[in-house]
Amino acid sequence: MAVDVKGGGIVDTDEGAQELTPTRKGMEAKELLREVGCVLRLSEADAEALEPGPDDETMIINMGPQHPSTHGVLRVMLELDGETVVRTKPIMGYLHTGMEKTGEDLTFLQGPTNVTRMDYASPLFNELVFCLATEKLLGIEDDIPARATWIRMLLCEVNRISSHLLFLATNGMDIGAVTMMLYGWREREEMLRFLERITGLRMNHNFIRVGGIAADLPPGWRDEVLGLMDMLPPRLDEYDVLMTGQPIWRERLQGVGVITAQEAMALGATGPILRSTGVPWDLRRDAPYLHYDQLEFDVICGSYGDCFDRYAIRLNEVRESIRLIHQIVDMIPPGDYRIQDKKVTPPPRARIDESMEALIHHFKIFTEGFKVPEGEAYAAVESPRGELGCYLVSDGSAKPYRMHIRGPSFFHLQCLPHMMRGGLIADGVAVISSVDPILGEVDR
Amino acid sequence: MTESPVDQESPEPVEAPAPETWHGVLIERDAPFSRCQLVAHPPREQYVGFVRDLRDEDQFWLCLDVTAVDYLTFQGRRPLPDGITPERFELVVSLISAKDRQRIRVRVQVPEDDPVVPTLFDVHPGTEAPEREVFDLMGIRFDGHPDLTRILMPEDWEGHPLRKDYAIGRIPVQFKAANDGR
Amino acid sequence: MKILGIDPDLGLDGADHNLLTGSLEGLVKWARQKSIFPATFGLACCAIEMMGTGGPHYDLARYGMEVFRASPRQADLMIVAGRVSQKMAPVLRQIYDQMMEPKWVISMGVCASSGGMFNNYAIVQGVDQVVPVDVYAPGCPPGPETLQHAILTLHSVIASGELTHRRRQTGAGAGIQVDQRDGQTAGATPVTIGSR
Repeated sequence: MAVDVKGGGIVDTDEGAQELTPTRKGMEAKELLREVGCVLRLSEADAEALEPGPDDETMIINMGPQHPSTHGVLRVMLELDGETVVRTKPIMGYLHTGMEKTGEDLTFLQGPTNVTRMDYASPLFNELVFCLATEKLLGIEDDIPARATWIRMLLCEVNRISSHLLFLATNGMDIGAVTMMLYGWREREEMLRFLERITGLRMNHNFIRVGGIAADLPPGWRDEVLGLMDMLPPRLDEYDVLMTGQPIWRERLQGVGVITAQEAMALGATGPILRSTGVPWDLRRDAPYLHYDQLEFDVICGSYGDCFDRYAIRLNEVRESIRLIHQIVDMIPPGDYRIQDKKVTPPPRARIDESMEALIHHFKIFTEGFKVPEGEAYAAVESPRGELGCYLVSDGSAKPYRMHIRGPSFFHLQCLPHMMRGGLIADGVAVISSVDPILGEVDR
Repeated sequence: MTESPVDQESPEPVEAPAPETWHGVLIERDAPFSRCQLVAHPPREQYVGFVRDLRDEDQFWLCLDVTAVDYLTFQGRRPLPDGITPERFELVVSLISAKDRQRIRVRVQVPEDDPVVPTLFDVHPGTEAPEREVFDLMGIRFDGHPDLTRILMPEDWEGHPLRKDYAIGRIPVQFKAANDGR
Repeated sequence: MKILGIDPDLGLDGADHNLLTGSLEGLVKWARQKSIFPATFGLACCAIEMMGTGGPHYDLARYGMEVFRASPRQADLMIVAGRVSQKMAPVLRQIYDQMMEPKWVISMGVCASSGGMFNNYAIVQGVDQVVPVDVYAPGCPPGPETLQHAILTLHSVIASGELTHRRRQTGAGAGIQVDQRDGQTAGATPVTIGSR
């Protein structure tokens, strides 16, 4: 098996085997035209079977799958010419969980439990997109109570902040700003504590359900979230002092990992990566879902498409999210927190005590689930990483016939070779970090 | 909700409007099966040209997703417009327009005995990884793809897990009581 | 002549400082327990919680464990944090083999312990099929408190020597099941996995 690699080199083979034969260095014109010559087309088995070549040739090294700065189990095969990266091949699949197959085996009611474990840095978005697609299939997307929709938006924005804080922490750690790592975790803990108070779990909440949300907000939530929003802005200013204006930080990120708008669009990039190239593309504004069309916020854009832009975009998106949360908190109306449709919503606890029918109904919903009419639907939301989509096909039963999640990180990894080409290997870490891939979503 | 949006039992014979085409490809605008999403049904041969026309003339610059569905156990009941033969596999491509943010879903029928589709790589290079994923998990081959290898499963894996005739691979879990040696 | 500040003729009565006696084995166990270096083996959701445990609020440095080593050669403890796929299993085993003895394994989360909710073709149903596990931490994901509880459990077992004896006899880990600490409702209930 071709996975006996780790750490930063091929183990169990001698050093020379990593170098390439002369035929690999020359690149055909056709190949160059087709893909700008930055993607390494070499299977894992071939890479190991390579014979040692002369000293002036390029060599291939492996990074990952167990490497501290690949954000999980990403493996990158790099072709190096000295210190310069020539071609790159991201290799994924080390976290393939078969969630799409498992999703076909769980009912629509159990579905959010499954998908929430995909993008584990922003679990609420996964639940949201699955529920939006299911609601579209059920035809109830216009009947969701306003309170549920606004609470969904509140939780998603809090989750966006915690996800971006995770990015800021790991980005700082990868580049050597260990203080930022500690600061990022400090703030993220506060966010997680708020989410735990509302949903009951720090991660993998399973809180957004088909037809609404699982429970109403606990008393005191308003002060708590407003307190958090007061706490954050001075901390963000602290980050600005610590990193944004700091010469080392800028040297390390500016002009590194540049990608153009054309490349990014051709490669299917969305979210901060596309926005860093100057394309103002944000689904919250361009294809509004939930009630985002009633809110006022800015879409943060970069201009150079480099790592620094991607860092600055995420930092400022936290500020935009704070702005959004202040508006959302004022907008949450009283009312139901889930749809009063007997088909998808179990009866309230009080009715189970007094009514036999309610008990049976409750039992049937949780054992058999509810049937969803035949059809197919695609729903998309703007997750912290980009467009997160869910494609569902139903054959009329209680389980999805096919569930597919379009994870933004999966597409963003294709941008890696383009960003890394011509850069130094030390910048590779900064590039991987600025893409912010979550491998759970890549491999699903 | 008292009524489901789609009548599950009998799709009643509505007056069939004249089939609409776009760049010579049959499209549906308000099919209840697709929940009123714009859907195109190009044949395999026209598919790449159609996507290219959309990109060049209608600003469908972003190819968001390539996936596939195995309709093995859901074959007969699936409503498709006239002139489209249902096949076992269906390739589903999602595009979005930069002009008016319109989404279109391209559904290509792929027969079971010859699961080969021309690749979209030359139109949208970003389809490379998702096409590899479809090949890996669904077993549809892409003609002209630069690197058609397994992407998620190990390279020496056998079978294509997302096919409907591939079992989920569940292992019966044995719950053993803790023994005394602890 | 004095040896270690003690005059042999006078014995301990003549010592001008306090003395602590004990077995060398006890001293080694004590030292091992207090300075475990974990390897960074984050796989999925649990890795985020593992990093959170190392963060400022939960502060793993209290147990002398804040140094997560990227190289398995420098690590004593492997925290398998997350689901192990069929593709990852050989890599996991190789990293375990590269670690120096004595080494310990904590299986963090239900996915690593038993496959969790993903009972399918892609996931190894329990990392104890690949490496011997010493402590299982339940939860999906286990909170930082649960992970700390598991780590403290491991510390006490190292100190008691129970673990080294068991490993010598069976070749397997201790297989100790810790309880959930902070009242989280997990995706799956903790199960006790029988010894091998």
